[in-house]
Amino acid sequence: MRPIRARLAITVAGFGALLLVALVVAPVVGSTAISLPRVFDRSIPFADNLDAQIFFIARLPRVVAATLVGASLAAAGVVFQALLRNPLATPDTLGVSSGAALGAMLAITFHLDFKIAGLPAIPLASFAGSLFALAVVYALATGRRRGLSTTVLLLAGVTMTGFLSALTMFTQYLANFTDTFRTVRWLMGMLDVGSYQPIVTVLPMLVVSFAMFATLPRALDLISLGADAAAARGVNVPRAERMALVSASLATGAAVSISGPIAFVGLVVPHLVRLFVGSDHRLVLPASALFGAVFLIGCDLVARAAFAPIELPVGIITAVIGGPFFLWLLVRSSR
Amino acid sequence: MSMQARCRVWLSAAAVVVVTTTGSTAPAQRIVSLIPAVTEMLFAIGDGPRIVGVSSYDQFPPEVSRLVRVGGLLDPDVERILSLRPDLVVLYNTQVELKQRLDRAGIEYYSYEHRALPDITTTLRTIGARIGSATRANAAADGMEGAIAAIRKSLSGVPRPRTLLVFERDRSSLRNVYASGGYGFLHDMLEAAGGTNVFADVRRQSVEVSTEMMLARKPDVIIELWYGDLARELDLSRQTQAWNILGSVPAVRNHRVYELAGDEFVVPGPRVVAATRRLAETLHPGKIK
Repeated sequence: MRPIRARLAITVAGFGALLLVALVVAPVVGSTAISLPRVFDRSIPFADNLDAQIFFIARLPRVVAATLVGASLAAAGVVFQALLRNPLATPDTLGVSSGAALGAMLAITFHLDFKIAGLPAIPLASFAGSLFALAVVYALATGRRRGLSTTVLLLAGVTMTGFLSALTMFTQYLANFTDTFRTVRWLMGMLDVGSYQPIVTVLPMLVVSFAMFATLPRALDLISLGADAAAARGVNVPRAERMALVSASLATGAAVSISGPIAFVGLVVPHLVRLFVGSDHRLVLPASALFGAVFLIGCDLVARAAFAPIELPVGIITAVIGGPFFLWLLVRSSR
Repeated sequence: MSMQARCRVWLSAAAVVVVTTTGSTAPAQRIVSLIPAVTEMLFAIGDGPRIVGVSSYDQFPPEVSRLVRVGGLLDPDVERILSLRPDLVVLYNTQVELKQRLDRAGIEYYSYEHRALPDITTTLRTIGARIGSATRANAAADGMEGAIAAIRKSLSGVPRPRTLLVFERDRSSLRNVYASGGYGFLHDMLEAAGGTNVFADVRRQSVEVSTEMMLARKPDVIIELWYGDLARELDLSRQTQAWNILGSVPAVRNHRVYELAGDEFVVPGPRVVAATRRLAETLHPGKIK
């Protein structure tokens, strides 16, 4: 087998090229035909250039949002799966997405309008919700020093998802009818951000979480073999676990605050990527982040172009692809 | 105000049934109306005093503030409705469970389903006939139809601007924009007011409008409707600014983005005439007598 550096270079180059293609193609394709020469024609004032406005205002922010959200959710999925040593651990199955959604929902419904360290209320509430959900699930699954229990983990995840969803529904029920409709729609996922502002707002959170991700792969490789084995090999397991928890929650919270909860990205992408690059987290983590971006850019393209002028919620597209994949994974792993 | 009107805009896109009535005996004297539009119709024909209960969303006419509130589309308070001892309950056709309970209690009901502009006067005529006020209801319906026809007539031959009619969006940003599709009373009002709906080809009451669609459909005019508490709280003159980012849209470039506030835009009752006139005056200033 080739040394890890060479494999990393090949993996990043391969998935990076795929992302590059997606980034170039997606803004050009859509429900309206636009002319590229006209988009970049500087002789027409931007305010009068319809093609340029469609490209730069309608499509590019969506593609950028899809890139960041897809990369964040997929990377968070990898981290959860390694940390919890379970292929079904994702932001969705652990209740983390539901926690993030509840946090954001509370901020939206009650018009919370505070800032901490320059970050607005919705991403913060969303992060707090995801961290809370994960902390509960993780504490239950690792409680009483009996090591990590997969059964407890998944049951706790399902329970937290149900519990948090009920609180979300309660919040909706308290809201007036217009807000209820908006929040229901928000829960289906939506990448038409309309400007770069929602993206720029959460960029600091994403930068921090990806910087933390970058330190994790070695520890995740060892932890996924077992906490004792990892400790024996010199890994500070509690510290690595905390890093993993916080970074994955941060990424999920930031992603959810941009687009609403978009299901299945954190499940489908890491597993698909492992089929190609194996299980070394030094490869899986960057490859998943890159492919997560590609996957969501593609799903959003379907959402905005397939039934135009009618827009589909992107979360429905990812679920339609992700649901059958999840089932296939179950059948495959039980064989 | 009528959040039910709003929810109708969203929920009844697939409406098929018009109006049905059950039985028919003596004219009702104690009416509970869960439909703000029908409440307004009854007051308009002088039968308001027969109403003993209204929905949580009724705001008009001011007399409704003295009436008992009995919930709405999703949460009708059956106990309270029964305690009012009504002899007619006006409800949404989709409120199947409420109908079953009223059947068991032997209380008659009038099923309402919201559709397009012509159905408003149809509803007015049938509810009027149902409660023994056919003459006054027919006169009011004729008056409404005549007034709308007069607006159409005074605008015949006038150029019809391609119009985006927005009835919902996020405050101060262009996210979650919903506009009238090519079906329903908002679409019909816009057409009667001398506009061409840019989403006339989408046969739905509401269209979720992406940024790309706002640009690609190139509306000459954008009219935004605000209603309920929001219409009173918001500084409407500032809402226009949200559109400035889309400079290539003719409506934005030519400063033809208009903000209209009023509950009459979302309650498909007698006030649709006033609402249509306001749309017409916005689209064609000075052309309406």
